[in-house]
Amino acid sequence: MSTAVNQAMVEKYKGNFLKEVTENVEEGNWVKMCMQCGVCSGSCPLGPHWDHPPQEIFMMIRANKREEVLSSTSMWMCTSCYNCIARCPRGLPITHIMHGLAHYSKRIGLKPKNQPTEKFGQMFWDNLTKKGRVNELKLGLGLYFKDGFAEGVKVAMSKQKLGMNMMKAKRMSPMEMLGGHGVSDLAGFHAMLKKAEELEAARVGENTDKK
Amino acid sequence: MKIGGYLCTGCGIGDRLDTKSLETVAVREGRIGFCKTHDFLCSQAGVDMINADLAAEGDDKVTKLVIMACSRRAKTEAFNFGAVPTARVNLREGVIWIRPEGSEHEETTQEMAADYIRMGCAEVKAMHQADASGEQGKNNHIMIVGGGVTGMTAALEASKAGYYASIIEKSDRLGGVMGQLHKRHPLRSPYQHPQDTGVAAMIAAVEADDKITVYLNSKVASTSGAPGRFNVTIASSVGAGTQAEFGAIVQATGFTPYDANNLPEFSYGKSANVVTQLELEAMAQAAGDGAIKRADGKEVKNVVFVQCAGQRSEKEGHLSWCSGHCCSTSVKQAMYFKDSNPEIETTILFDDLRTPGAGGENFYRSAQDKMVTFRKGKVSTVEAAGSDLKVNFKDLILNEDTHMEADLVVLATGMMPNAGVNIDAPKDDAANGEVKVPVESILNLQYRQGPDVPQLVNGFADSHFICFPYETRRTGIYTAGPVRRPMDGGQAQTDAMGAVMKAIQAIENSAIGRAAHPRSGDLSFPSFRKEGCTQCKRCTVECPFGAINEDEKGYPQYNEARCRRCGTCMGACPVQVISFKNYSIETVGAQLKAVEVPDEYSEKPRILVLACENDAYPALDMAAMKRNESSAFIRVIPVRCLGSTNTIWIKDALGSGYDGVVMMGCKKGVDYQCHFVKGSEMAHVRMAKIGDTLSTMNLESERVAVHEVAITDIDRAPKLLDEMVEVINRVGMSPFKF
Ligand code: SF4
Ligand code: SF4
Ligand code: SF4
Repeated sequence: MSTAVNQAMVEKYKGNFLKEVTENVEEGNWVKMCMQCGVCSGSCPLGPHWDHPPQEIFMMIRANKREEVLSSTSMWMCTSCYNCIARCPRGLPITHIMHGLAHYSKRIGLKPKNQPTEKFGQMFWDNLTKKGRVNELKLGLGLYFKDGFAEGVKVAMSKQKLGMNMMKAKRMSPMEMLGGHGVSDLAGFHAMLKKAEELEAARVGENTDKK
Repeated sequence: MKIGGYLCTGCGIGDRLDTKSLETVAVREGRIGFCKTHDFLCSQAGVDMINADLAAEGDDKVTKLVIMACSRRAKTEAFNFGAVPTARVNLREGVIWIRPEGSEHEETTQEMAADYIRMGCAEVKAMHQADASGEQGKNNHIMIVGGGVTGMTAALEASKAGYYASIIEKSDRLGGVMGQLHKRHPLRSPYQHPQDTGVAAMIAAVEADDKITVYLNSKVASTSGAPGRFNVTIASSVGAGTQAEFGAIVQATGFTPYDANNLPEFSYGKSANVVTQLELEAMAQAAGDGAIKRADGKEVKNVVFVQCAGQRSEKEGHLSWCSGHCCSTSVKQAMYFKDSNPEIETTILFDDLRTPGAGGENFYRSAQDKMVTFRKGKVSTVEAAGSDLKVNFKDLILNEDTHMEADLVVLATGMMPNAGVNIDAPKDDAANGEVKVPVESILNLQYRQGPDVPQLVNGFADSHFICFPYETRRTGIYTAGPVRRPMDGGQAQTDAMGAVMKAIQAIENSAIGRAAHPRSGDLSFPSFRKEGCTQCKRCTVECPFGAINEDEKGYPQYNEARCRRCGTCMGACPVQVISFKNYSIETVGAQLKAVEVPDEYSEKPRILVLACENDAYPALDMAAMKRNESSAFIRVIPVRCLGSTNTIWIKDALGSGYDGVVMMGCKKGVDYQCHFVKGSEMAHVRMAKIGDTLSTMNLESERVAVHEVAITDIDRAPKLLDEMVEVINRVGMSPFKF
């Protein structure tokens, strides 16, 4: 489905990526207001490790570098520290735009492969939506074993002490392995999520249908 | 004639000094009528005492004053006795605040105070009451050269203030460049959309105003005289000329757009679809609020603006400066397109986007909101391929060479001032075979120093962008708008108001013979003793303000209202025949001779300090306020400007046994700080030649030092004096003591 949406978007915006971002990305309508001062890139604690720090991402959007932006790992690296938002003289909600871009790239199927933040995000979502409560034991183990069995055993061993302490303090229960706790109205919770998904799909559809 | 001395014993003066003996010094050695003491001289009671003596009748009437108290820069209100010649002896900042307490210092400190009293008494004797010359009366009429928005605003403002104005416009219509625009930048909050230029309404207001006369198709053929009595010949290209008298002049001659034919790399001239900003205005005007069309009739769908085209560049034939308005102008023009059709692609390629002025940033933001694309990029070339264009540029954020397609390219070219003839240009251009297009003069001043006002940098006519805006180096003539520095229409109108205020001030001052700042209110003016004059012309050359003409015999001709009272002419005169009533070779000469010079074996050297009263003297005062200790051997004399320093003072000082001379003037050069623009520079040039005098006297050259001192050099100024003390310690006492 995602590639179809992608195709539709490409056709709809015909090389005007700024407009596409403005209309589809969360807080994307702010991108045009960036004045390229570079304060965000200079403030971002992780900026030096990104392929493209925020200022550059905004310039690339205006320069129509669609594929490069949407398949970039950069916005997935945002830790939501909010340094950039606090400092941007133009008041851009940069953190939110970063997450908006990440989400949009995933939605239309251009997200980078094997990006750990993205993987963890998906894992967390799946874990949460199952019962309406996060199952920390399963989530933790899932995370340990995400890079294969041998690696998982190694990580799990090294975190053994932490796990024991959490159990002693009743912060985690081994019983969670068997099903685990959840919300009381599970059916209602799932219905709610389904409705939200429908609304979102309709919104995206509306944007891609209308040419 | 009776000289009254008044010694204040307040502020610690009475505690630190033996005032009884100082009174004796004033009367016996200073030979003044009397010396009264008061323990709080600047109080009402103290001032009343002085005023009573000034008002007395007969023999008791006091006509000159010696105030022995604080610095001349303190208590100026209390000790303001109008035109009465007054010497201020600085015993507080000049003596007790810079000298340490303790019995071992008492003797030298007391000597210092006594010397300053002798100096004050000698100075006042050489001073005379200053009276205005009455050279001109009041003329309420302002000539405004240039009928653009700057000139028209100036005329309307003058009229509103109750003065008359005549606009001299060389073309056949009012309005200037603003009159050729489709719309202008917004002038009021929220600064979001281009607005009507308002030129038509302004022209109507000018025409309806019975205090304003407009001369179209006209030029200034000749300007002579001075503030309050400018005599102007107005030449008309269509009819007879006119003769008129004006009190002051505002020059609002604007700018000429840079010739884009100098930019072949952008295909200007090669493609009709590469235009300048001004050409786009005409296209927008033709379109009204509809679609803007190219020369070939096609509607523009994709426009690229190239900022800084041939500007802010050191390349041959380019302008090195920023013209100030072009970023906002491109922002405005991009809106012409976006407002008519949001689907039109508009890209502004900029290096640094600068939108000066209160609303600039909002206007920029508004364009971003309207989806104008801003890309930081430097354009290298524009290629014309058929009717379409390819703009090659380097994206400075992504650091890559790239290009864009466009169907119209707009070049943001700069402005060149219409300042007339550069009177300071070297004259030998013709010699190296270069053919120069002669520049037409704007004012045709019948001044010995040249036909137009001096230029500051890059041909813009001003004297100091920050300290003295609008003021040229020709008193009574003020520049406003882009002829003064690059700016947009809104700033030019603000400028016009400022320049008119200055013009009115000049009219009012000259009517009563008063000086403009920095010696505002001074009624004295320089005059020369004709019998002594050798017609050397030094004064006419060195006067920074072009105040002095020459008569047919080659004698200087002073124009009081053109003069700023700096005294540079007095300092320049090799035969010392120039003087002011209250400031002359004698007023300073007598002071330096009044100092008691102890003999060679006393170990008490004497160092003469000539300090500019505008910067160096206040810096020394402020150092004293911080109780910065100074040597007891310095004797400071404030001068109007270091430019007024005549070499005779230095010779006299060295000849009468001073061990060193320190001169302190303001910063000179292009970023000068001198209140009289060139005074300090002239003094430096003059003093560079003092070495000859020193070597004929067999004295070490280090005994004379010339420094540039700013008013903020509070810690440095006293150190410079300490340095001279060290020099004397090293080279020894002067052998010229008697
Ligand atoms: S701090 Fe704000 S205006 Fe500056 S580059 Fe970053 S997003 Fe743009
Ligand atoms: S919120 Fe994200 S983009 Fe902003 S400074 Fe922090 S890590 Fe960087
Ligand atoms: S040099 Fe100074 S004092 Fe002398 S005429 Fe010129 S402005 Fe006046």
